[in-house]
Amino acid sequence: MPGAPRVGLFATCLTDTFFPATARAVVRLLERLGCTVEFPMEQTCCGQMHYNTGYRDAARPLAADYARTFAGYDAVVAPSGSCGGMIREVHPELHGSAPAFTHTYELSEFLVDVLGVTDVGAYFPHRVTYHPTCHSLRMLGVGDKPLELLRAVRGIDLVALPEAESCCGFGGTFAVKNADTSTAMLGDKMRCVLDTGAEVLSAGDNSCLMHIGGGLSRLRTGVTTLHLAEILASTEEEPWAPTR
Amino acid sequence: MGTNPVTWLGTPAFPVAARAALGDTQLRRNLRKATHTIRDKRAKAVEELPDWQQLRLAGEAVKDEVLSNLDTYLERFEAAVTARGGVVHWARDAAEANEIVLRLTRAAGAEEVVKVKSMATAEIGLNEALEAGGVRAVETDLAELIVQLGHDRPSHILVPAIHRNRSEIREIFQREMAEAPASDEPRALAEAARRHLRAKFLSARVAVSGANFGVADTGSVVVVESEGNGRMCLTLPEVLITVMGIEKLVPSWRDLEVFLQLLPRSSTAERMNPYTSVWTGVTPGDGPQQFHLILLDNGRTDALADRAGRQALRCIRCSACLNVCPVYERTGGQAYGSVYPGPIGAILTPQLVNDMHDKQAASLPYASSLCGACFEVCPVRINIPEVLVHLRAKAVQAKGKRTPEAMAMAALGWVLADPKRYEAAQKAGSLARYLARGGRISALPWPGSKWTAARDVPAPPAESFRSWWRRTRG
Repeated sequence: MPGAPRVGLFATCLTDTFFPATARAVVRLLERLGCTVEFPMEQTCCGQMHYNTGYRDAARPLAADYARTFAGYDAVVAPSGSCGGMIREVHPELHGSAPAFTHTYELSEFLVDVLGVTDVGAYFPHRVTYHPTCHSLRMLGVGDKPLELLRAVRGIDLVALPEAESCCGFGGTFAVKNADTSTAMLGDKMRCVLDTGAEVLSAGDNSCLMHIGGGLSRLRTGVTTLHLAEILASTEEEPWAPTR
Repeated sequence: MGTNPVTWLGTPAFPVAARAALGDTQLRRNLRKATHTIRDKRAKAVEELPDWQQLRLAGEAVKDEVLSNLDTYLERFEAAVTARGGVVHWARDAAEANEIVLRLTRAAGAEEVVKVKSMATAEIGLNEALEAGGVRAVETDLAELIVQLGHDRPSHILVPAIHRNRSEIREIFQREMAEAPASDEPRALAEAARRHLRAKFLSARVAVSGANFGVADTGSVVVVESEGNGRMCLTLPEVLITVMGIEKLVPSWRDLEVFLQLLPRSSTAERMNPYTSVWTGVTPGDGPQQFHLILLDNGRTDALADRAGRQALRCIRCSACLNVCPVYERTGGQAYGSVYPGPIGAILTPQLVNDMHDKQAASLPYASSLCGACFEVCPVRINIPEVLVHLRAKAVQAKGKRTPEAMAMAALGWVLADPKRYEAAQKAGSLARYLARGGRISALPWPGSKWTAARDVPAPPAESFRSWWRRTRG
């Protein structure tokens, strides 16, 4: 992509509302890497929850809104493999093809595939373990890209998560419709996280992190959940600090 | 429901059945051990083949070809079977198929039939139907025998007794067999089953089987198995009755090359299954002298009419999707209330029942976190998450627009359709931060309580991202 790419940030409704620090970190990171970042105010939600729960008709206008809102950008970056998957894989079925859908990238894909960087100049002196979320892994196929990015972070003590590719049990409305099964899956995921001795659990999706983090918080484990973007945005000059 | 034996009468909806299963510590232990072992073995067996992805594509293509021209292939198959001395029967549903088997068994003068492990006969509840007609069905596959002797229900497609460990099996044998072993060593248990079954094989006049594949060109029928019990049933009795779903066809003999690689590696993690039996009609003086083939619809034509759902008919019953499923691993198969459990059951059962007003069947497409592990391993590339979501849409349609959930979803959709309404809701919702203590909310009213029963919710921040953007960049 020649020159400074004009990037549209799709924050996702969950991150916009509950985890603004993640979206601010994406802005900071992409601008540091030379992108022009814009946040079109018309954006709301990709419609995934409606679609996956069986309410297709409610998701359809949201796909249309997305196609219109992000029509003019070189690329759209979303800090979510799940919403990214919804947009790239499902929106065309709901709305017909649109450039905004094919130009949408999950953050690690955009960094590694489009910008061609793995060392983003980050510094994060903590013990970290990484959970590859199901949709980034199996719907988008991001593979090891997030781990490549994390390995290049200075000061990080990155430890492998046992049974990493097992679902954490979130699954959108699955977490409430089948709360008992979801919680059983969560329990095993938390055990694996705690086994690593990491003080930070990272992932590319705040939805899964909210689920695992909700369990870790309930048990007062002291493990912090943190989106990949916030680790990558952290530098020696301006290191990450808890915002709440 | 209950008129269609594909689901078990009286099983509650999945979330309720799952809760009971999750509390069964022995079940949890048995399942975790079994699924993880077979999962790892399958991964190794598949890694050996450099062309695995091409094989999957070929499997998908062959099955899709058959499904799109099913009428042609079925007629070709019927003609070939008939030409070689077999008798073909057509069964619209479970009742018709069961009635044909019972009539044929009575005509042969038999009071007992030996059975090869078969999903089709389990689906139609054949054993119970025969029993009601005064004929005893004897399961000869070891795991099926354990389920039958235990007066139990299956919990897995390939290993129906996966929920049982060896000491439980010894107890069942001691209760039900004349010569039961004292030890729970696998060898001793298998030996006891062998002796028990040998007598049945030698005296049986009628055998009932299913079919893994039917070859349309030649009329050949294929059964793959591991224990040799199938081979005994398929060769010793005088009369062989095969119940086969109409989707089980492949066009020609050479197409088997693809499936005989895909199936064993996916199901038992073997390069090749120990026994592959193939027969074509009747061979005078060798093997069964009467061969009856029952072609079973039982909801398959309806499933075929559904453009998104029909891919479930590609299934070759390998059960790889069960073994990798994080939900199945924790709840086991009986919670699905059907002979088809796990991810494939969650899309096949509701389609065969074909009634989304059936609460149990309609709960099955929701028994998944949509993690996609099933699609990744499926040897015929059934996009199970896609079909799950498709069936959820049908379930929602059946429930109508007046349920609390539908109204909440409609309200949320209205909010999200307009950025101004969305932002206003965001600001109102952010007030929930005053409920928080230490940055977290630990109790919400229903339905949020389903979340907060086990997990905290982060307190909403005072400033959303969009407010920050407007303040600093706007």
